Amino acid sequence: MDVKINGETRKFDAPLSVLEILQAMNLPSQKIAVELNLEIVPKSAYDSQMVVQGDQIEIVHFIGGG
Amino acid sequence: MSVDNTKDDFMTIAGRQFSSRLIVGTGKYVDYAENAAAAEAAGAEIVTVAVRRVNLSDPSAPMLVDYIDPKKYTFLPNTAGCFTGEDAVRTLRLAREVGGWSLVKLEVLGDEKTLYPNMPETLRSAELLIKEGFDVMVYCSDDPIMAKQLEDIGCCAIMPLAAPIGSGLGVQNPINIRMIIEQSSVPVLVDAGVGTASDAAIAMELGCDGVLMNTAIAEAKNPVLMAEAMRHAVIAGRQAYVAGRMPKRQYADPSSPLAGLI
Repeated sequence: MDVKINGETRKFDAPLSVLEILQAMNLPSQKIAVELNLEIVPKSAYDSQMVVQGDQIEIVHFIGGG
Repeated sequence: MSVDNTKDDFMTIAGRQFSSRLIVGTGKYVDYAENAAAAEAAGAEIVTVAVRRVNLSDPSAPMLVDYIDPKKYTFLPNTAGCFTGEDAVRTLRLAREVGGWSLVKLEVLGDEKTLYPNMPETLRSAELLIKEGFDVMVYCSDDPIMAKQLEDIGCCAIMPLAAPIGSGLGVQNPINIRMIIEQSSVPVLVDAGVGTASDAAIAMELGCDGVLMNTAIAEAKNPVLMAEAMRHAVIAGRQAYVAGRMPKRQYADPSSPLAGLI
């Protein structure tokens, strides 16, 4: 399936949870926040929230800023 | 009030007490290590941070939180780069999800050249965020009427600019900053435009509750030393304000008595 993550289209084998996507991309789940189709995914739901073809995901973290 | 007013003179924002009145940014540093050293030297308890996409191509790249500990500092997520209320709400919801922060810095800019705030949109954004339960520290113009409206809708701190962001020009309109201080019952912090230690001291001598700065430290030749200078300046300015300065006179007044001259 194709999933758009931070504006880039990525290919994954379905089915996949948010947690599995984070693990596949080596992203530390405790330091980031995830938005799925403009809705926040709470950390407690990373394991249960499934991602499907065409979903749009934003993964953000804190960087330096003023 | 003791001589060292930092011991018992707290800045209270949205019910949280801070002994440091200097908030520092975390942008524009050479690296996060220097950034962390500067925050430490500044004696800051609050640091501003931005919310951005993670680097997917290099997930092992250093992260801010690896250098500046969110348990040690109060992170103040900002809305830099947002031009609408909806963008600001979306950004800060994500920030809250990273670590549960409700104290936030709202900045809605209106123009890329001046980075001047778009005040009608700032006011609308602040209302949206307050409805969502955020404690909003708001970057704003130095217009006392706008500042009052922001306070009236529930902002927890008013943060007028001293001069344009990153300009280092110092307090350009002390009259307006003073008016805002006098009318406000929430903390007033000068945010943006400070260039060197004396600028920070001037802001504090005017009666500001605190100062927020980034570029003045990050772009100094020696950021860690400048951070320390800013710490002293903010404390000195605060102490001078609390001490109450002498009146200004048109002419001289001798310090040595004239009586008993030989």
